[in-house]
Amino acid sequence: MRIMAQMSMVMNLDKCIGCHTCSVTCKQAWTNRTGTEYVWFNNVETRPGLGYPRRYEDQEKWKGGWTLKRNGRLALKGGGRLHRLSMIFANPKMPGVDDYYEPWTYDYETLLNAPAQKNFPVARPHSMLSGKPMQVKWGANWDDDLGGTYATGADDPMLKGIADKVKFEFEQTFMFYLPRICEHCLNPSCAASCPSGAIYKRTEDGIVLVDQNKCRGWRMCISGCPYKKIYFNHSTGKAEKCTFCYPRIEVGIPTVCSETCVGRLRYIGLMLYDADGVLAAASAKNDQDLYEAQRGVFLDPRDPAIAAEAERQGIPVDWIEAAKKSPVLRLIVDYKVALPLHPEYRTMPMVWYIPPLSPISDALRNSGHDGEDANNLFGAIDALRIPIEYLANLFTAGDVAPVRRVLDKLAAMRSFMRDVNLGRPEQESIAAAVGMTGAEVKEMFRLLAIAKYDERYVIPTAHREQAHALEELATDCPVGGGGSGGAFGSGSGGPVPVAIQTLRETKARMQADEMSQVPGSVSYLTWDGKGMPGKATPDDVADRSGIPGAESERPVTGPSLVHAGEEEPGVPGVVDPRPDQGER
Amino acid sequence: MSTFLWVVFPYLALATFVGGLIWRYRYDQFGWTSRSSQLYESKLLRIGSPLFHVGLLIALMGHLMGLVIPKTWTDGLGIEQHLYHLFAVVGGLVSGAMIVVGFAILVFRRRTTSTVFQATTWNDKLMYLLLGLVIAFGMWNTLSTALDVSHDAYNYRLGVSRWFRSVFMLRPDASLMVDAPLQFQVHAVLAFLLILVWPFTRLVHVFSAPIGYLTRPYIVYRSAGDGPGGRPGSGLGVPQKTWDSPTSKRG
Repeated sequence: MRIMAQMSMVMNLDKCIGCHTCSVTCKQAWTNRTGTEYVWFNNVETRPGLGYPRRYEDQEKWKGGWTLKRNGRLALKGGGRLHRLSMIFANPKMPGVDDYYEPWTYDYETLLNAPAQKNFPVARPHSMLSGKPMQVKWGANWDDDLGGTYATGADDPMLKGIADKVKFEFEQTFMFYLPRICEHCLNPSCAASCPSGAIYKRTEDGIVLVDQNKCRGWRMCISGCPYKKIYFNHSTGKAEKCTFCYPRIEVGIPTVCSETCVGRLRYIGLMLYDADGVLAAASAKNDQDLYEAQRGVFLDPRDPAIAAEAERQGIPVDWIEAAKKSPVLRLIVDYKVALPLHPEYRTMPMVWYIPPLSPISDALRNSGHDGEDANNLFGAIDALRIPIEYLANLFTAGDVAPVRRVLDKLAAMRSFMRDVNLGRPEQESIAAAVGMTGAEVKEMFRLLAIAKYDERYVIPTAHREQAHALEELATDCPVGGGGSGGAFGSGSGGPVPVAIQTLRETKARMQADEMSQVPGSVSYLTWDGKGMPGKATPDDVADRSGIPGAESERPVTGPSLVHAGEEEPGVPGVVDPRPDQGER
Repeated sequence: MSTFLWVVFPYLALATFVGGLIWRYRYDQFGWTSRSSQLYESKLLRIGSPLFHVGLLIALMGHLMGLVIPKTWTDGLGIEQHLYHLFAVVGGLVSGAMIVVGFAILVFRRRTTSTVFQATTWNDKLMYLLLGLVIAFGMWNTLSTALDVSHDAYNYRLGVSRWFRSVFMLRPDASLMVDAPLQFQVHAVLAFLLILVWPFTRLVHVFSAPIGYLTRPYIVYRSAGDGPGGRPGSGLGVPQKTWDSPTSKRG
């Protein structure tokens, strides 16, 4: 048994309102550069829908992920090593920019330069690739909220087998949002497809990264990834992907997409797993067994034997403690409400989803029933085959049973908690119907509905003894390593580290109840308007009753701009920059 | 002049080539890529690129055969001049045709697809011009040899090839090139010019041919503590082996 730790995520789709805040903040943080205009490390798809890039789930076309050979051995669906090398001069399975969308901007200048005229000037779209005027025909979320699905809806690859049952008429439709990032798989087919060996999985936290120095731009990873979450930077000629915001994770704060999620639907935590069991699990004979098989490689750190063995194998104790408290562990292993996205790709994805109950309760409510009554809901989950089969195509390779079990649990929780909230007697029978107790349901509700920041994100920091070598810091002397920095190449000069201090303060600010608990925060309570305001201390809060600063004898700790004894009491802090003006 | 062209210049080109490659490998790993334009356009690329590249690989082998192996060796093996000539001409014509057609498709694509053209730098354009000239003169050489029915034309294996080997044996003999026909001389000079600029163009991607992929385990693990390029650092010491290694078959 080889125990490894994996930073993982669960998203609760019931809470996703499709606001795209995660996508936008991710883009601002990572891909707002030349060459990545069309790239969204995080995107939010409306389902049913084509997704981004269009029809990425059609593996008969793209050949992403793994497949089982006739002899039962696992092989890349896009072909083995020799086959891939023979395709190196032109990758036949690579999506073109039209499969994503051609990025564009508008010639806003026209609005400013236009002469006075009868008609309003218009800013026309221009391609960001060719610079020429273009017709905008597709985007990263073109079919948002089922827009245009009368034309494209039937092309959703996940409708295979149930296409005749899904209606796109307004009254009969169902939809939900699916935010997607890189899955940081246990068995990443992108890494396996890379001829240069540039894509690697970090041993400590399992984050999958592209070594930008080793990548040679062969583009095999792009076709190798079944989720199409590796992108080609057409400016640098290198592959780029979601980094799980590793510089933030290393200092213990969540990814940008999680941090900014309006619905607070994302959970981040560690999963321990047996790396020696991955191959066998990924080689499960039946596609529908893969969900169970993947659960089988997870190890429970609350088992003392596992914890002891993990410690013996070198996993830091605080990481094991964090793994015990992992919200992801509770959702996947304890409550079994989280499911993997497309386990049939056999990559062992590690961003899991709680399927949405809302489309079903909405359907109930729209048909005049009580959408939160347990019996109604249980009945509806059975009756509304279409959403369940669709969800099963996404999360369990088409196996309806696990999806049903999850939805039943969510339905039971909804009904049970309604009684609690309305002050009615709790009905243990509702909880018992899904094999839980009322107390367990309440615990699950707490985690799903009201868990605070540090319950949703349990992220142990990287270790100080490793800190010197953290990739983000790159503090190694470039001369010593014979490395890639310096000497007027495009890699000249060292990277500028994100200040860990700033990140720590951000986290503290998020968790603090009072501003005074935030390190580095500035107190205006004791500031008399002279000099710089001092650093906040817990005592400041106690001082709030008085007039700010009036009675305070505490010295101002910040550096003072105005020297003591200087004149001009009326204008504190202003030093006249023109001392000799009067003589002129 | 002939000393410069056939002695000084080749060494200058080779020194720049080797030094330039080492410099770029050390300091510009990030810029080391084929800068693929497949994202913009793939229909023409799927025809042109394999034609061009495979043709080049065949031509490279042909050049090795013609330039590196002395005529005395093939004579010793009992390969007649006529047979050798036939083999060289057929191989040369086939690979040449592949290169010319492939190159034409790729240049046409690069010029007419606005996105691809937009991504073409001046460095690229000069390199394509030089490469095109080398190919053109190379084809002229092949055709002039092929169309020669009387077998009294210039035999490069007694001139150009011996000079080429003399350069690498550090006993350069310029006199061997002086008698060569002009198109052979131009081809040789342009080829060394291409070699000279090689490290500073996108042509460096030739030297990242991923042969290691054939022997590497599928999944690469690396510690966060490893330095750039995967040099061992202060990781947690977790075993680096992965489940699928082509050398140790498991499962």
